[in-house]
Amino acid sequence: MQVTMTVNDVEVTREIEGRLLLVHFLRDVLALTGTHWGCDTSNCGTCVVLLDGEPVKSCTVLAAMAGGHAVRTVEGLAKGAELDPIQQGFMQCHGLQCGFCTPGMMMTARALLNTNPDPTEAEIREAISGQICRCTGYATIVRSVRWAAVHEAAAAARVTETTESAEAGEIADAGQPAGSVA
Amino acid sequence: MQVPAPFEYERATSVDQAIGLMERLGSTARLIAGGHSLLPMMKLRLANFDYLIDINDLHAELGYIEPGPDEVRIGALTRHRELLESAGLAAAFPIFADAERVIADPVVRNRGTLGGSLCQADPSEDLSAVCTTLDASCVIRGPGGAERVVSMEEFHVGPYETTVGDAEILIEIRLPVRPGGGSAYEKVERRAGDWAVVSAGAAVWLDGGAIVDARVGLAAVGPNTTGIPEISAALRGREPTESLFEQAGAIAARSCDPVTDQRGSADYKRHLAAELTKRALRRAVERARS
Repeated sequence: MQVTMTVNDVEVTREIEGRLLLVHFLRDVLALTGTHWGCDTSNCGTCVVLLDGEPVKSCTVLAAMAGGHAVRTVEGLAKGAELDPIQQGFMQCHGLQCGFCTPGMMMTARALLNTNPDPTEAEIREAISGQICRCTGYATIVRSVRWAAVHEAAAAARVTETTESAEAGEIADAGQPAGSVA
Repeated sequence: MQVPAPFEYERATSVDQAIGLMERLGSTARLIAGGHSLLPMMKLRLANFDYLIDINDLHAELGYIEPGPDEVRIGALTRHRELLESAGLAAAFPIFADAERVIADPVVRNRGTLGGSLCQADPSEDLSAVCTTLDASCVIRGPGGAERVVSMEEFHVGPYETTVGDAEILIEIRLPVRPGGGSAYEKVERRAGDWAVVSAGAAVWLDGGAIVDARVGLAAVGPNTTGIPEISAALRGREPTESLFEQAGAIAARSCDPVTDQRGSADYKRHLAAELTKRALRRAVERARS
């Protein structure tokens, strides 16, 4: 059968078997091996990707079921050379050791911050509770997500501030010669 | 690498079209909703089908929670996450949020559905126990739009078996609403998100301080989730007290049918049935009073 979906904003069409799981479609067909494949039983959560923005365990979703939908993998997290705040947080706070659970953890964290930009530690722990890390004991992962939340909020505030001051500038400068505001 | 055996994938465009497909394909076809019970079973070859009919596109048709004065109607494709986040459902039946918080994990709850949980008919499945506790009715649609409504007792005919026919779909769950109600769910599990070792749901309805009616539903202590009418009979018309809850717990322990397995001995599970029944009733009464 033929399946068409959007993966990291790129439309892909492939001939697949009905039984092909999304995790294998991403890794083996599209060679997007950033999505890891772990327990195969929906427990470990290392295969988490976003399906229409929601984290799902891709070892328990058929590739065919993702047809017509948007998938985002860890490869789609950075914007060009600019790392996502989540990725920066995991770097800054040592949110990984062996790195096996990291892609799934980061995708869940991204989805969390998209809906809840200022999660508490308890909310972060709840969000990643379906994912297993055998290295860090979760403390640094939680810290990494908090780092991302704080820095993302600060960046958003800077953007708002700049926009507001530009708007305020326009009003204050009404009647003034153009170009007097930096 | 665990993958299901080969099958043909079909995608349903409406409930009636799905029923038409199943009428044509018979017992070789199975519906797939969230897939979080079915796909693991197919990977392990505990289930094999020639056709899977994906009904996820029917969410607009079958994914809803409609609280009403006499009953709450929930579409079968409503996902765990939606059940957990529904303020209307939590207000009418707090037992749902209690149970949803301990079902699997948030990522799995993004996919799994109410109808899928009930149709899986796992004896330790939480929402089956919740629906048993709340005396839910199941609306099943068949060919030609014919609908039948069955109780939870009729719905489950054995472990992993339901009354839903090859060309039928469970489309809706109806929960009767009565005044003065409170409900709660208690579960003991080996680790977060696991199947229940034992769990107990309780619903009570109070009037003037006395129990008008009460229901208890247990999971993982028999071939299906179990409602215990003897408990209802013992509680009706009585003042809710600790000794009454104790009595209900004792009935639960002797009325259930647990087996010794790697999750615990039958004796331990009977102990849990008693204790969890007591705790669930206590909390349900507190909620009915507030």
